Amino acid sequence: MSTIKIKNLYKHFDGIKAVDHLNLSFESGKITGLIGPNGSGKSTLINLLTGVVPFDSGVVIISETTKLLRVKPYDMASFDITRTFQDVRLFEQMPVIDNILVVLTKRGIVGSLFEQHKKYHLEKAKEVLERVGLWEKRNELAADLSYGQRKLLEIARALAMNADIYFFDEPFAGLFPEIIKVVSSILKELRDKGKTVVLVEHNMELIRELSDYCIVMDSGELLAEGKPNDVLSQKAVIEAYLGE
Amino acid sequence: MEYLIHLAIVISIYSILGLSLNLIVGYTGLLSMTQAAFYGIGAYATAIAMTSYGMNFFLAVVIGILLSALSALAIGYVLSRFDGDYFTLGSFGFNVIITAILVNWRGFTGGATGIPAIARPSLFGFTFSGNLSFLVLVLVSAVIIYFICQFIVRSSFGRVLKAIREDEKAIQVFGYNTKYYKLAIFAIGAMMASVAGAFYASYLSYISPAQFDINESAFILSIVVFGGLANNKGAIWGAAFLILLPEALQFVGFPSGIAEQLRQVVYGLALVFLMLYRPQGLVGEYKI
Repeated sequence: MSTIKIKNLYKHFDGIKAVDHLNLSFESGKITGLIGPNGSGKSTLINLLTGVVPFDSGVVIISETTKLLRVKPYDMASFDITRTFQDVRLFEQMPVIDNILVVLTKRGIVGSLFEQHKKYHLEKAKEVLERVGLWEKRNELAADLSYGQRKLLEIARALAMNADIYFFDEPFAGLFPEIIKVVSSILKELRDKGKTVVLVEHNMELIRELSDYCIVMDSGELLAEGKPNDVLSQKAVIEAYLGE
Repeated sequence: MEYLIHLAIVISIYSILGLSLNLIVGYTGLLSMTQAAFYGIGAYATAIAMTSYGMNFFLAVVIGILLSALSALAIGYVLSRFDGDYFTLGSFGFNVIITAILVNWRGFTGGATGIPAIARPSLFGFTFSGNLSFLVLVLVSAVIIYFICQFIVRSSFGRVLKAIREDEKAIQVFGYNTKYYKLAIFAIGAMMASVAGAFYASYLSYISPAQFDINESAFILSIVVFGGLANNKGAIWGAAFLILLPEALQFVGFPSGIAEQLRQVVYGLALVFLMLYRPQGLVGEYKI
């Protein structure tokens, strides 16, 4: 299974250091909680690592062998990396099932032009949609789903990628307790399969429950890292994150 | 009867144009205002190949298709650097440039006066000189293009186009280099528009740059929007609606002195009301 490391990663926006020469490692078979106050650079870091935003300098190392000085978003799937977004980004005016099928079918223009989804694509789509309880909604437009269902669909889309490295950007935000249970079980399942799971989350109870390792960011810098209970009891973390 | 055949030919030609632009605007979300340029390239390529080089219509069509595809790839490559409104403005600019080339390259295009005496198509000794036979030819081509469009939008490729329309950045993260998909559909749409241009040139037997200016691009866009975005049938309905409505208004008994002006007003109002009460168009599946 893949790991992902960053060395000296740097990004600034108009003079503000969003990610300031970070050195981090995300291990396989673990859920790494990535926490920090609003604006600390957590989502920016995920955007940098998935190519949604280009970084200014530094290196991203995948599975110890692949060193990337530039990350293109469309290359990340080939490195078995996938993600969800902080603000849900679905293909709104497409049916639920198409939101899944579109990530399952062939890449490449000619190949995809002469391909309609096949039985195994449908079976995989059914598997991930059933996992999040959305199979019955498969023919509805994504735009017509409730907020919680939209979050679940985004998670199902990430699952459909069958990646090695998953970035979940606040997947629990605004969810009802029963849906939180579903998402928690999915994350644990991925960890148990040896996947690398990075979880950005503000709910400390969930971080304690789910994370094997915890990284705290503040103002684009690494504030602390270690076992969740150890990290969350550190004075600097409490001051920066909890404002206490 | 001749009048009805004429209308059917015009509707068929504009249906092809609507179908071609619907792939780009309706399915991919690229609000292009340069479709008339590819329509014009197809018309001029056919006209020049037939009148200056004595080529058969069908060979001339192929040349037009190739030229349009190459132009679309070049224009699309430049436009791929722009998003949203800037893309639309850039595409607008390219239509102006192509029209200017057609006007100013006099030795080749005939300049503002255009190219006359463009022959009708002929195949295996049969010339489609009658309007009925010409209609059959255009109609068959329109049907073929309709099915090609259906094939494209039902394929995995078509699903990616829709995802690009919905959220280009998001679909990139799942392994799609969207630039190539946009270029491909831009070129495919241009090739189809080129076929419409070839039929138009051959049907009227005369073309001039004014027929392919930015107003024509706006009209083709209107066909797609009124018919309904992201629905191939919508492009055909849109073409029929926008061509038949002004014709139908000719039969309304407006006062003779202001009949033409009133027709224009009613036509405009009909379009405004349609957009107000049915923004997705007649049979559209997607709203801008």
